[in-house]
Amino acid sequence: MIEVAGVAKTFEAQDGSAVPALADASLAIARDEFVAIVGPSGCGKSTLLRLVAGLMRPTRGAIRIDGEEVTEPRADIGIVFQAPTLLPWATVLSNVLFPLRILGGLDDAAEARAGALLALAGLAGFERKMPRELSGGMQQRAAICRALVHDPRILLMDEPFGALDALTREEMSLELLRIWTERPKTILFVTHSVPEAVLLADRVVVMSARPGRIADIVPVALPRPRSFDQESSAEFQACAQRIRGHIFRRRAA
Amino acid sequence: MPNASVDISSAAAPPERRPARRVRRLWAGARPVVLPLAVVVVLGLAWEAAVRFFAIPEFLLPAPSLIYSEIMAIRGPIVGHTLATLQTTMLGFGVSLAVSLPLAVAITASPAIANAVYPLLVVTQSVPKVALAPILVVVFGAGETSRVLVTFLVAFFPLVISIATGLLAVPPELVELGRSLKATRLQELFRIRLPYAVPFVFSGLKLSITFSVIGAVVGEFVAAERGLGYQILAATAFFRTPIAFGAVIILSAMGIILFQAVVLIERICFPWSAQEETSRR
Repeated sequence: MIEVAGVAKTFEAQDGSAVPALADASLAIARDEFVAIVGPSGCGKSTLLRLVAGLMRPTRGAIRIDGEEVTEPRADIGIVFQAPTLLPWATVLSNVLFPLRILGGLDDAAEARAGALLALAGLAGFERKMPRELSGGMQQRAAICRALVHDPRILLMDEPFGALDALTREEMSLELLRIWTERPKTILFVTHSVPEAVLLADRVVVMSARPGRIADIVPVALPRPRSFDQESSAEFQACAQRIRGHIFRRRAA
Repeated sequence: MPNASVDISSAAAPPERRPARRVRRLWAGARPVVLPLAVVVVLGLAWEAAVRFFAIPEFLLPAPSLIYSEIMAIRGPIVGHTLATLQTTMLGFGVSLAVSLPLAVAITASPAIANAVYPLLVVTQSVPKVALAPILVVVFGAGETSRVLVTFLVAFFPLVISIATGLLAVPPELVELGRSLKATRLQELFRIRLPYAVPFVFSGLKLSITFSVIGAVVGEFVAAERGLGYQILAATAFFRTPIAFGAVIILSAMGIILFQAVVLIERICFPWSAQEETSRR
């Protein structure tokens, strides 16, 4: 469904020199597949996400969604960032409805849909609250609802749980899986956490830094529904080892 | 009933404690108002006592009681002067807002406009307005136009800077979110950037309203036949120092009230913005 074909992205530094962020990345993602991207900082994983989102154009190569080249942002993509970035002046419900306010299609049915999404994310009863009245985890749940409200087929998540504490983080991972099971989407999920990637994803893309490139793609053969009980299983450990191997080998070299 | 005595004592205890707690809570609420007022009263009394004790001549330092009686003696004209200054202040403040908002939007929208306009802005700020005022009077005449123009020149700069800062303070992710939803530039401005800038706009408005009062007085010093600034000049020319002091006191009261009015408008119309500012502090 998503095809990344020989994509490279080079930024221009302030002194005019070229900084390669991503070199020759190729990747094919199937419909409703959950793909995690893991790698050290500066490996270009956020860049890859923004390229897929159409927020920037690749220097070389092409990104295609259903065979159509991505040249600008698309309405069938939802994005979640590391920070919830809710609008401080709007209620939780208005925040979730924000994409529809921009895209059009804001009506009573949409409001009911947003309410159902909030309930699905465990935020029933918080519709009229302001973002500042919510905890960090709850704000991020609202941000996920916001990314889902226009029913996109693709969900791009840039370290969505990176700013949360460890316990909330584990809880949110399971919630995300639950939501994904109820509303299947193609998910591209950037993270720093190896266990998180293995727990969530069908395949884990391991990236290495400077220049960012894809080092390996690790399929995770754990049965679903997933839970933290599987963390001690041989398959989980094997996947985690293989991913860590790539990251630390590169770092030692 | 052995329990009865326990009930009575526990029921009797709170009424003893409750008034004390209520008084403490009342005091906590009133303290920000009562304390500064008390300081002003004490200082005023010390001033009054010093003037009487050292027999300071009234044209050098009039006693507060004398200032009060002299001002009350001409309260009709004083009200007129106050209203004249208030009008110049509000007109200058209004023009500042009307010019600053689009100017800040233009500056933040394009680096080229920013490069072109910023030096000009800094120039208008480095020129002393007191020096500029007489020239403006020559060009625009000694009417309300020149006074409002001086007020505007004094008051608009902090407003432009605050609004521009606010428009640029939007988290980049929020802008990306807008772009990912194919938001037009107008939608980005009205749905994301401008609302996000509201707390910054109000920071600027609080500075600007205070500066507007100063600007109006500067304007009146140069060209006016009414207004509190004119009143100060006229009074000192005849050594009627108590009147000048009175006008100064009315001016500071006006500044404080207008400032608090801006604070109040923010709390009523944008409660989330007022909270943002408190949490940022």
